[in-house]
Amino acid sequence: MSLPPIVASLTRHKLTALLLMLQVSFTFAIVCNVAFMIVDRVQQLRQPSGVAENELVSIDSTDLDENAQPLVRHDTDLAALRTIAGVKSASAVDALPFNHHDWSNGIALVRDGHAPAVASTFNGTPGELATLGLHLVAGRDFFPNEYVPLGSAHDWSGIDQVPVAIVTRALAEKLFPGQNPLGKAIYPDEKPVRIVGVIDHLLRPQAHESTDNDYVTLFPMLPDANDVTYVLRTDPQDRERILKQAADVLNHLHANRILRHAQTFEQLRADFFHRNRTMIALLVAAAVGLLIVTALGIAGLASFWVQQRRRSIGIRRAVGATRGDVLRYFQLENFLIVSTGVALGALLAYGLNMLLMQQYEQPRLPMLYPAIGAFALWLLGQLAVLGPALRAASVPPVVATRAT
Amino acid sequence: MLGYYCLLALYSFKRNRIITALMVFAIGLGIGASMTMITVLHVMSGDPLPGRSAQLYVPVIDPHLVSDSKLKDTTLDTAMTWTDAMYLLRTAHADRQAAMAAGTLPVQPAQRSLHPFFESGHYVTADFFPMFGTPFRAGSGWNAQDDQGHARVVVLNADLNRKLFGSAPSIGRNVRLNNTDFRVVGVLDNWQPQPTFYAQIDNAAFGSTDQFFIPLQTAQELNFHISGRMWCWGNGGDGRVSDHCSWLQFWVELDSPTKAHAYRDFLAGYWRDQQAHGRFPRPLDAKLFGLMDWLSNQHVVPGDLRLQLWLALGFLGVCMLNIVGLLLAKFLRRGGEISVRRALGARRRDVFLQLGIEAGAIGLAGGALGLGIAELGLWSIRHRPDGYAHLAQMDLTMLLGTFLLATLAGACAGLVPAWRACNVTPALQLKTQ
Repeated sequence: MSLPPIVASLTRHKLTALLLMLQVSFTFAIVCNVAFMIVDRVQQLRQPSGVAENELVSIDSTDLDENAQPLVRHDTDLAALRTIAGVKSASAVDALPFNHHDWSNGIALVRDGHAPAVASTFNGTPGELATLGLHLVAGRDFFPNEYVPLGSAHDWSGIDQVPVAIVTRALAEKLFPGQNPLGKAIYPDEKPVRIVGVIDHLLRPQAHESTDNDYVTLFPMLPDANDVTYVLRTDPQDRERILKQAADVLNHLHANRILRHAQTFEQLRADFFHRNRTMIALLVAAAVGLLIVTALGIAGLASFWVQQRRRSIGIRRAVGATRGDVLRYFQLENFLIVSTGVALGALLAYGLNMLLMQQYEQPRLPMLYPAIGAFALWLLGQLAVLGPALRAASVPPVVATRAT
Repeated sequence: MLGYYCLLALYSFKRNRIITALMVFAIGLGIGASMTMITVLHVMSGDPLPGRSAQLYVPVIDPHLVSDSKLKDTTLDTAMTWTDAMYLLRTAHADRQAAMAAGTLPVQPAQRSLHPFFESGHYVTADFFPMFGTPFRAGSGWNAQDDQGHARVVVLNADLNRKLFGSAPSIGRNVRLNNTDFRVVGVLDNWQPQPTFYAQIDNAAFGSTDQFFIPLQTAQELNFHISGRMWCWGNGGDGRVSDHCSWLQFWVELDSPTKAHAYRDFLAGYWRDQQAHGRFPRPLDAKLFGLMDWLSNQHVVPGDLRLQLWLALGFLGVCMLNIVGLLLAKFLRRGGEISVRRALGARRRDVFLQLGIEAGAIGLAGGALGLGIAELGLWSIRHRPDGYAHLAQMDLTMLLGTFLLATLAGACAGLVPAWRACNVTPALQLKTQ
């Protein structure tokens, strides 16, 4: 089967063919970009937080006493919480991944120097690493004598007294590329802080740009504000029960407080990403909808064309074309239209991608997406045209002799 | 004749039931999705303070160091330091001006039956109430002397007032916030501008309402917790009253464009003056945003929603192409029939009218379906756990807009094919038959 007769026949339906081609190209351009966005967002959704996600529950407590002693209160609360059956460990912390309590500092390498990275600060009572389930990949945990109060009532003055820090691997790589970060000094504020440990992952409390998402420093600073977050580690099946018990224990110990956000870490994560999940669902619906509409459009148009060309098909059959020839004619015609559409669509896809890069800081579309998209549309086109093409192939030669 | 054309259209639909249904469905889906998103964006882009918004401005001076390159222009730090806000308040160059910050405080009810709870509110200065025209149910705001004297006074919004005092008069009574007693001086009549334009614009801009307002200086004296972003740079600690931590919102009322111009000059003058004292090292660029400009600059409509709108419009576009193509193919296939009619004396415009009615009917049916789908879409948006969810209602403008869009879409989809089809050359067509 040669192309020229097909092209010649298509020029008889210039406008219709052009419309179908445009439809294919727009579908292609949109679906490629949408698929890319879906993958991007699913990756965001899946990024590991670095903590033992299915073993953690947390509860926020605010002491309302006028002369509250936060450090003492946290100690007694923690001691009581640790007595609950099933609690493996407990810590008071000021930040968790996804909880939006983000205290970020520019990290300089010399005093008053330029800060190559901005990192979120996580502080907590001794045992925070074990409670959260963080993995030390180098160095050590903090020693008990290294802890200082955070100084939240005095503009967080603890940051100028704290001697040591643990950082994430991503931050260490950024600050000291290719070097051993242990023992090196960083300047989160005015005083040097020595790195004593490196953990593999810990996500910041708020979403940042993807490369910065893991920039975290942990300091041995004790939360000393009236509001604090207690994190408990437990077996996954005990979580709900322990949340209830924890609230009871805390209220029993000291009633003049407000407890908030009693939740498992998984709930925290789900809330954080609920917009993302809605968006993913909408993007998937849009992509599927577009493909269906286009497939039905191809099928509809092809079936009109088959009806219109019944007589010519009959003539071709009468002068010796086989059923296969007729079938292949329509398949090839569809392939031609879809291919032109895809070629134009690829240009549109990158145009659209450029727009999205400007407006939504979307990265550049990898070649893989148009490649898969082209293949998918070819397949879709062939499937959609198959029905009408088979009907065309079954037109008997005798039609040629009949008047319409 | 029209009735006859309608009948013909019906016959034509019957011949290709599936394809007709597909066309109606596609156009309905496209219009429904588009109208859902247009409605959502329409309600979210509304004026939160009709009648006053034209006189309200946000002055922005950028006090950062030259080297703080982390700031992108889209996330321009628009908050103000204590030093600058107090200077602008004191000099009072605008008709009215107020500095403010958000705060969430524990409310400790006097009744034993009510457990303490957190409530969000704002720490503001005296002009806040007259400037924004907040409707008072009882009492009023406070004055500048109260600000200076760090008065322990509070203005409640309707919900918190009802929760604490029921229907009893509350003016003069005390409310305990974070272990401090505040005297109620005013009660607002359920004031909830959407979005809460005066606060930092973030995900909570819609849906949240402030339930109490206390003097900013008082909150500062008591070291009350502030919620929201605080940005510090340079060294010297993270002091709230320092000149290197930005965290306050500042609004001014300027009754005429001339005054707005003069105020911008005043800001530039302040910038130059401070540069002489070693502050504001960045190139002079004092800005003054009008309220509506401010909202769009701060992206009060989340990017995701705008993306959803473009997605819906793109979908509608593809559906339109689909329908134009299908109708064209359908009409052209009837070239023979059209030619016979033309040969028998039908004018071009008769054929056009006949085909136009057929296409228009599909557009209209699609539009009606689209309206249903849009209502369904809005219903699903109302069930999203977002602050803007409750705003997703179709008003009359949007209803008319939907009909307009449907008619327009139907006409566009029908006109091209009908025009093309009524231009067939009868002689040629008849000959080939």
